Amino acid sequence: MVLILFYVFAFLIVGSALLVVFMKNLLHAAFMLLITLLSLAAVYVLLFADFLAVTQLMVYVGGILVLILFGIMLSNKGDNIFIKSESSNGVPGALLAFLLFGGLVYVITRTHFAQLPWLRHSETIASTGVKSTLHGIGINLMTNFALPFEVASFILLIALMGAAFISSQTKIK
Amino acid sequence: MASIPLEHLLLLSAALFCIGILAIVTKRHAVAVLMGIELIFNAANLNLLAFSQHDPTLLQGQVFALFVIIIAAAEAAIALAIILKVYQYFNTVNVNEVDTSRG
Repeated sequence: MVLILFYVFAFLIVGSALLVVFMKNLLHAAFMLLITLLSLAAVYVLLFADFLAVTQLMVYVGGILVLILFGIMLSNKGDNIFIKSESSNGVPGALLAFLLFGGLVYVITRTHFAQLPWLRHSETIASTGVKSTLHGIGINLMTNFALPFEVASFILLIALMGAAFISSQTKIK
Repeated sequence: MASIPLEHLLLLSAALFCIGILAIVTKRHAVAVLMGIELIFNAANLNLLAFSQHDPTLLQGQVFALFVIIIAAAEAAIALAIILKVYQYFNTVNVNEVDTSRG
């Protein structure tokens, strides 16, 4: 059951991600990105990362995708609804991506990650019977990852102030 | 309950990464390039979560994926602000035409 669901969502992810690249209309490409992000949230649930799935929904779908849509709408000429997403260097780009994918597939199939010692002797989240990973993440953020947590809050603050400053109408200089 | 094979997750993540690379190198609209970058961030997160499945006590992969999402949000805000400024200055967001960097 889990496997069937995973393959359905994997097909959705790869298909809609390819459509993001090949869609003629940029707004349609943004909506295809929405489908990719939603399917990824579903795969996160299958991987026992419930908190990450909800975060994906709230931050990516609710925040970043809306920002991208704003960016598309504010940066077009305003004479037409149809915003073309042109592409150049099609053949070299496709060749590069395809060669990179071939190399990655070769490495992944040759390495046998599932045979790594720490993976073979570890128990999975599923086997421990934990209902939610929220408790573990909360404890980690306040103990092992306290410094990165604080640094992340500073980075967010500085990024938001920087974005407001850059996009403000006043002349720099 | 059968769990998902690790190799299949890594292959899915590799496919997503390569599609993101394809979007970055071929697209000419700056926002489309940004979409490719988001695809690559998500491929990285998928890898982290795939390995975090086998780490039930520490959950390091999941916490790290949380930080990746935070960085992605900051990056998107800054990138969109820069794109709007570039549009005001050059009156286009075609990355092939924006080829001067004087203020």
